[in-house]
Amino acid sequence: MAILIDETKKVLVQGVTGREGRARTRLMRGFGTNVVAGCTPGKAGEDVEGVPVFDNVADAVAAHGAFDISTIFVPARLVKDAAIEAIEAGVKLLLLVPDRVPLWDAMEIAAAARTHGASFVGPNTLGVLSPGKAVIGMIGGRADSAREWFNAPTGDGGAVGVVSRSGGMTSSCGYYLCRAGATISTLVHVGGDSVLGLRIPDVALLFQDDPETGAIVVFGEIGGSQEEQLAELIASGRVTKPVIAYIGGKVAKEGTRFSHAGAIIEGNRGTHAGKVKALQDAGATVVDSFGDLPGAAMGALGRGE
Amino acid sequence: MSSPEEAAAVARGLGRPVVLKIQAWTTGRAAIGGVAFADTPEEASTHCARMLAMTVGMFHVEQVLVEEKLPIALEMFVSLMIDDAERAPALLVSFEGGSGIEERGDRVARIHVEVDGEVDHHLLRHTLEMSTVPADRHEAVIEAIAAIARTARAVEARSLEVNPLVVTTDGRVIAADCRVTVDDYAVFRHPELGIDIARELDHPPTDLERIAYRIEQADHRGTFYFAQLPTTGATGEPGERVVGFHGAGGGGSMMSLDAISNAGFTPANFTDTSGNPSAAKVYAAARVILAQPGLVGYFGSGSGVASQEQHHSAYGIAKAFLEVNLDVPAVIRLGGNSEQRAVEILHDACKELPATVEGFTKDDPPAFIAQRFRQLVDMHAGGAWEPCPRIVPAFVGAPGAFSFPLNFGAPGGAKGSGGAPAWEGRVWIDISRCTPEVTALVVRHSGGVLRDDNGSPALAISGEDAASKDSEMIACEIECWRAGEPVVFVDLPVLGLDDEEEVA
Repeated sequence: MAILIDETKKVLVQGVTGREGRARTRLMRGFGTNVVAGCTPGKAGEDVEGVPVFDNVADAVAAHGAFDISTIFVPARLVKDAAIEAIEAGVKLLLLVPDRVPLWDAMEIAAAARTHGASFVGPNTLGVLSPGKAVIGMIGGRADSAREWFNAPTGDGGAVGVVSRSGGMTSSCGYYLCRAGATISTLVHVGGDSVLGLRIPDVALLFQDDPETGAIVVFGEIGGSQEEQLAELIASGRVTKPVIAYIGGKVAKEGTRFSHAGAIIEGNRGTHAGKVKALQDAGATVVDSFGDLPGAAMGALGRGE
Repeated sequence: MSSPEEAAAVARGLGRPVVLKIQAWTTGRAAIGGVAFADTPEEASTHCARMLAMTVGMFHVEQVLVEEKLPIALEMFVSLMIDDAERAPALLVSFEGGSGIEERGDRVARIHVEVDGEVDHHLLRHTLEMSTVPADRHEAVIEAIAAIARTARAVEARSLEVNPLVVTTDGRVIAADCRVTVDDYAVFRHPELGIDIARELDHPPTDLERIAYRIEQADHRGTFYFAQLPTTGATGEPGERVVGFHGAGGGGSMMSLDAISNAGFTPANFTDTSGNPSAAKVYAAARVILAQPGLVGYFGSGSGVASQEQHHSAYGIAKAFLEVNLDVPAVIRLGGNSEQRAVEILHDACKELPATVEGFTKDDPPAFIAQRFRQLVDMHAGGAWEPCPRIVPAFVGAPGAFSFPLNFGAPGGAKGSGGAPAWEGRVWIDISRCTPEVTALVVRHSGGVLRDDNGSPALAISGEDAASKDSEMIACEIECWRAGEPVVFVDLPVLGLDDEEEVA
């Protein structure tokens, strides 16, 4: 098992003829993802990496049947229209890769998703990767390095699920965990923005229900309420698997954004200290130094040294 | 107003009691003496003088607002914020508003706002009915609150706070003060707002932040983010050790910033170059970081397993270090693709600098290299870093030198808010030292940009294509330098840093 993505899921690529769309299509297929079709307005009939191109999502659905997932690689200002097009065509899970999607656009996408019972990962996400199975977006840079870095689960129920607000740190967490001997069920980069589709608490609930996952590793950051909400899920007993977290931004003060649009302390909300305390009070392990994360995760799985 | 005289003049002109408020990037101004009432122009002048001597955070108060003192019957607080858990806007409303609202969270009503900016009037009316607001003012207050939400939608605010919203004794409903934060990513759709730096900071942009922002806007290849952080170094506190910080990747930069702070250092700045940045952009970031005085060293580290090609970053950083003849320790963790090559480039290029420069890879944890950095700083005999003009070789601009332009600043380009100045440079080659062997060396390291034209270097591609080959030519410059033939120089003046320099 894995969450969100595996080799059986039918994947569509919106913006498939662009530079990013093209490159990611090749990488996703190279890793084992079932990319069935792509679309770009006005490019119907073309072919990208052996994937047929349609003008729009509805045409792709008419030709190939329903898709499980659409991955979106169009410029940030066009993401809203592309996402709503896919949602209205019946796609139930979207991956919004672009950075710099306006906040009110993200809220409009969320409202449309709510109306149609769809969900999305992102915006500003590197993607989701299930080792040994498939990837949407791209984590690890290249298919061969991703294969080398991330160990696939062995079926013992002791794999680690990783959820992170940073793309680079999603790779890092996976890499360092596997060097310490871990296996990974799924790596999820929820995205760096403040309004996101699936958030850390949502992903934690998916990991909770995934029989392959034995522990949940979280790379959190200052800003927003995702980590606090995860703490509530742990405290209320809805997440019972061990949670091991690192929260970035200890030195950050209020009001300055730290790269990610969501990494900003507003007033007294979203502070490092507040997140650490909420998680610790709920019973999660929070490490102060990132280098301690793999060891703590292995300890929680009963595989410490 | 920026002087007591102006404040007095405004008060005199209004001919009635006034209120004075510091114009500073902070909330809770009343508690720090930033709000005052004056019945006479003389009082206004006195208060204004006191306020202009105030410091908020790192910054002096430079402006004071002087306006009519409203005959207040009632003060309310209205704030639109984005609720990340609900993925929707929400209004926080208190009918007992005013100063200190942050401490009275339990009396604040929370009202859902639709993503089109519309508010549920029934819910608002219901909330009002339980308040002390006179019934005959309810419709006016509802209309004002609805207008606040619509305004937030119209300017794409991530927060919009009206504090206080006032009902006057003569029954008017007036927004007496307002603070808006506009979403960075939507600023391109709002030229009417005249925002020059689309970035959340806790202070007015510093000169260096403006310089960095111009580079970011002019060159969209990858991310470059630079913000200065408050350091107590400004007060000259003894024993504090301020470092220049250069991260890669948002989360990795934050994690590395924490690691260097845990090792007992104070970061002067937060910087992130990532998303496969050009060598020129990484170079400019290093130059901007090194424009900060008083650094005990330079610390670079990112996520550790960057998917970008790290040798471009190594070339960019090495070029910056060489140009300013770095003399404080530097530790750079270049983990990711091509990391071994990146470390070798950095070590070899910087081996003759007065500074110790060390590169590390993904298997060296940030806490470990932070400790290593500390050792190097402890061993360092010289003083702290003093910014200096860059060193430009004499063949730059010399008659007869071979050169071609670099230009990657498409003004108003894909991401820009329009009108961003271009960032230009020029590649110079010292023809007088180009023996056939040296020419062959230059061509070999030019990444296909140059060809050997009977023993002299010449462009192998069109001038237009060559103009964006800064990464290739910076690599060429550093490789020729490493080979003992410093005949190539990529001249990339950073606007605001290098405008008034002399050519050496």
